[in-house]
Amino acid sequence: MTIPLNHLLIFTSLLFLIGLYGALTRRNLVGILMSIEIMLNAVNVNFVLFAASLSPKAGQVFVLFIIVMAAATASVGLAIVLAIYRNQKTIYTDQINLLKW
Amino acid sequence: MNLFDSLASASFYAVLVGVLATATLTVMVRNLFHAAIFLAFTLIGVAIVYLFLRAEFLAGIQILLYVGAIMTLVIFAIMLTSKIGDPQMPQSNRQGIPVLMALAAAGVFLVSMILKMPWNAALVIQKTDAVELGKALMGEFVLPFEIVSLVLLAAMIGAIVIARSDQ
Repeated sequence: MTIPLNHLLIFTSLLFLIGLYGALTRRNLVGILMSIEIMLNAVNVNFVLFAASLSPKAGQVFVLFIIVMAAATASVGLAIVLAIYRNQKTIYTDQINLLKW
Repeated sequence: MNLFDSLASASFYAVLVGVLATATLTVMVRNLFHAAIFLAFTLIGVAIVYLFLRAEFLAGIQILLYVGAIMTLVIFAIMLTSKIGDPQMPQSNRQGIPVLMALAAAGVFLVSMILKMPWNAALVIQKTDAVELGKALMGEFVLPFEIVSLVLLAAMIGAIVIARSDQ
C-alpha cells in the first residue's frame, strides 16, 4: 500500500493543534503536560514521515532523542507539579500566583 | 488495487481517525484520570502509525517509554493530586472560545497549504531495523547520544531534588 504524504501531514497538523488547544485551555498542570506530550507525538510522526524518503536512519535516531527528552521533561515537570502541590495545595494554573510580581 | 491493499489503507485511515478522536477526548474530558487513559490510547495509536511507516523499533520504544513509563508517571501525579476541590470545579479556563477560533483558523490555513503544495515525491518508505539504528547511535550520532545521557542524568537528579521533602 502507498501512504499519501499530504493525508499524513494533515493528520499531524490536526494532532498538533489539538494538543495546543489542550495546552492553552486546561487549568490543571498535569493536563497541560499531557497536552504537550500530544504535541510532541505529532512532531515525531512528522519527523519519521519526512525522513522515510530522505534518510530514515537519521530521522529515527532524532525521534529517539525527542522521546528521551520528553521523558526527562515529564519527570522534572511532574516533580515540579508535586512540589507546587505540597506548597500551595493547588495545581490550577490561575490560582498559582507565585511568580506574579 | 487488490483486496489486501484496500483493507490495509482502510485500517490505516481508521487508525488516523481514532488517534484524532482520542486526542480530542484527552484535551476535552473533565475527569483528568479519563483523560490520561485516552492519552494512553492516543500514544498506542501513534505507535501503530509508526508501524505503518515501517519504523518498527520506534513503535516498540513508543510503547515502552511513552505508554509504559510516562503514562505511569502521569497517572501517579494525577492520583497524588486528585483530592483537590470538588469535581464541579471547571477544568478549563475562560479562553476556550477565542483559542478554538484562532486554532481553527490556523488549521484551515495549514490544511489548505498542505493540499495546495505539489508534493512531487511519492512517499517511498525504506525499512530501518534496530541494528542499523544502533550502529548509527554508536557511530555517526555518538556525540548527541552522550549529551542525551548527560541530560537524563541531570533530569534524574533534578527530579529527586525538587520532589524531595524539605527537612
